[in-house]
Amino acid sequence: MIDESLVSSTLSEALRTGGEFAEVFAEDRRSSSALLDDGKVEELSSGRTRGAGIRVVVGETTGFAHTSDLTEAGLAKAARAAAAAARGGGGGHQVVALDRVDAPSPNEIEVLPETVAKATKVDLLGRADEAARAAGSAITQVSARYADGRRRILVANSDGLLAGDDQVRTRFAVSCVAMGDTGMQTGFESVGRPIGFELFDEYEVDELARTAANRALTKLAAQPAPSGSMPVVIGPGGGGVLFHEACGHGLEADLVAKQASVFRNRVGEQVAHPEVTLIDDGTMAREWGAYAIDDEGRPAQRNVLIENGVLTDYMWDLLRARKEGRESSGNGRRQSYQHLPMVRMTNTYLANGTADPQDIIAATDRGVYVAHLGGGQVNTATGDFVFGMSEAYLIENGQIGAPIREGNLIGNGPEVLSGIEVLGNDFAMGSPGTCGKDGQGVPVGDGTPTLRVASMTIGGTAA
Amino acid sequence: MNPEELLEIAERIVGWGRDGEQIEAVVGHSQETEVRVYEGEIESLSVAESQGVGIRVIADDRQGFAHAGTLDPEVLEETLAEARDNTVFGSPDEFFGLAEPDGVEPPELDLYNEALLEFGTDAKIDMALELERAVQAGDPRIVGVESADYGDALSADAIATTTGIRSTGRDTSCYLTAYSLASEGDETQTGFGFSVGREPSTLDVAVAAKDAVERATRMLGATQPPTERVTVVLDPFVTAQFLGIIGSTLSGEAVLKGRSLFADRLGDQVAAPNVTLVDDPTNPEAFTASDADGEGLATRRNLLIGGGQLERFLHNSYTGRRSGSASTGSAVRGYASTPGVGCQALSLVPGDQPPEELIAGIDNGVLVQGVSGLHSGVNPVSGDFSTGAEGLRIRNGALAEPVREITIASTLQRMLLDVAAVGSDLTWLPMSSAGVSLVVAEVTMSGA
Repeated sequence: MIDESLVSSTLSEALRTGGEFAEVFAEDRRSSSALLDDGKVEELSSGRTRGAGIRVVVGETTGFAHTSDLTEAGLAKAARAAAAAARGGGGGHQVVALDRVDAPSPNEIEVLPETVAKATKVDLLGRADEAARAAGSAITQVSARYADGRRRILVANSDGLLAGDDQVRTRFAVSCVAMGDTGMQTGFESVGRPIGFELFDEYEVDELARTAANRALTKLAAQPAPSGSMPVVIGPGGGGVLFHEACGHGLEADLVAKQASVFRNRVGEQVAHPEVTLIDDGTMAREWGAYAIDDEGRPAQRNVLIENGVLTDYMWDLLRARKEGRESSGNGRRQSYQHLPMVRMTNTYLANGTADPQDIIAATDRGVYVAHLGGGQVNTATGDFVFGMSEAYLIENGQIGAPIREGNLIGNGPEVLSGIEVLGNDFAMGSPGTCGKDGQGVPVGDGTPTLRVASMTIGGTAA
Repeated sequence: MNPEELLEIAERIVGWGRDGEQIEAVVGHSQETEVRVYEGEIESLSVAESQGVGIRVIADDRQGFAHAGTLDPEVLEETLAEARDNTVFGSPDEFFGLAEPDGVEPPELDLYNEALLEFGTDAKIDMALELERAVQAGDPRIVGVESADYGDALSADAIATTTGIRSTGRDTSCYLTAYSLASEGDETQTGFGFSVGREPSTLDVAVAAKDAVERATRMLGATQPPTERVTVVLDPFVTAQFLGIIGSTLSGEAVLKGRSLFADRLGDQVAAPNVTLVDDPTNPEAFTASDADGEGLATRRNLLIGGGQLERFLHNSYTGRRSGSASTGSAVRGYASTPGVGCQALSLVPGDQPPEELIAGIDNGVLVQGVSGLHSGVNPVSGDFSTGAEGLRIRNGALAEPVREITIASTLQRMLLDVAAVGSDLTWLPMSSAGVSLVVAEVTMSGA
């Protein structure tokens, strides 16, 4: 991508006017996607971006510039712009000799997507369309998307760090519309892994399409969601996003440092049921948020955030960690070379409990069973969150009953953590997600076993 | 780079077209600055320059697309070759085709203001610092300013096609945003404020600071009310978010593909008679105003709902042709994607009552000042929605205590029919729809 000697001279240029720390992040990204909608393959799309972002730190100030010109002149120009933005005075900081150390990747790539014929990718779409439509005559519309991406990065900084990673991701999603007497309903299913085309050895697209179609068909018979506070049972893998949003974001050190987290000053405290252990693990092989190094060149780590209900640590990026005189936890990520890194999650999950999931449902007199949560958001300062329920059922007399129409689930992060009553022994990871923070999206994974929260507010229309 | 240089690149690509091929090249360039301050210091200062190209090829009724984040000459050729290769694998569709000049004159809009170019880095930093200080000083309960930012952008783009489209545009924009934290006792609440403009002298530090302070402090002491059916007043910022979703259901693409709850309803009364909804990117008041759409056609004023009656769907060239009509100048896209269909500057025609009068007429209700999770809680296909909300109770015509941790739920269809009044306080916002106070009857508010 760029020559190592060029990296070294760029770092020197960046520090020439007095920066204390400089970093070059170079990225070369290729992507391809194919979309089928309305029975037709609309188009194949290919993308290519390449560039470098340079940051210079002076005191509390970070200067940042990026360029798509990776020549020596282009990089030097960006380095000077970043240095000028950081407004350093004096000079004297030297670049430590670069020492390349690559971390092992948690993801082995068998079949690079770029080596797969376009026709083979397109063929998956037609199969998904056919399978979804065959699931029921009420299925009136199907769209399917195939997408792959390869992102090669190289990071170097004035502390002598030099590391690279080659990140491949492959994803497939199906979305269906079903038409019934009560109007239209939708169903969605997606899979994705940080691996190549071998994803489709593991998943049959026909099966994914049937799952999406069945979700839409099931909802045709759904009743309006109830409204008010009640017990909520979350199914395995279906609700990890809740803990990502409601707890994970509040454990990001940048938000904690700015007083924007309900979890500030709470390390060492019992914040949840003693059976609750929350982990963020960037080394989880083949999971959507896994990588060898983060976007600051730090190897991915497994970080235990809450252990047996006790808050153990936050997640850290390089700058936050330097201020505290500690090491980054491998959570410094950025959307692309055009962005500054910040503290981000990887694969965030609640570890397995011991209860039989059937017993958890049977012990719930009246409540809601959420098989699948949709998107959501959290206010990290208050802990208040909101999620869409994309697949949910009523629980009556200890049994899963009628499906309910879409509605939101609201609550408060710390309250939900302390409201977890029981955890099942059926841990599963959820669907691949994209986490948004301060305008940047990065791929993340999540997971949970079946669990019950004593009370959350369901925002339906039924009285 | 100026638009003429970009057009030259786009024309060069189009010139490489072969017989029987349609080619469209979209070229963009932008320069951005962002300053973030924290506790009186510059936390980060970013300067960015980016460019890119998107190329669409149509041949034998099939479409292919490719994009690249650079304008290097050899990459342009590679990108065209890739787009051309991609056409082979698409399904044939007789309605594929690029936009063709349709004789509509683009509006004269003044979207580019040189004053932005003369605004120096120190002045940008000072403005962000001034904003932070103003938020801090706004109320003793403000305990922190999570971020105070100044940002600006200078963007230019050009579109050329083998069908004769030649379009260029450029604009300037700048903004201030602040995120604030207020605290009382054990409780913390957050707020935000912003100001946007085409050049810095139109930015209003005081307004951005006042909103950030009020949004954070007004929710202190809020509690969760019991579940009941109430009349809600949506504040302008909330209404604008709902309008964006309603607008998406009126796209010709959603209609053609069986994903719009308003398909087959042209001419029907789909909303209360006081609802008139217009998408008008030719309106210079709109921050999202533009003289050309994503396919290079002139933008135009489109009446979507008139007096509650559904008048029209929006189209790009493809959906217009396929539905037997024509583009409404509503193609929306960046250079990295093919054109979709969407609203560009949506607004309700305002009524004649200011929000105070609307509130005075309500016995039992809620003034909704913020919603969260709206996008995850709305199904634009079925129309069901449920969103987290916060605001102030309305009792006997007056604003009362703050409430939080509530959801409001209904369907989009029901909500449009239940609009009891539209306020007179139309406000343009930095998004593709404008805000106005809106009174909606019979909404389920879920709480404890």
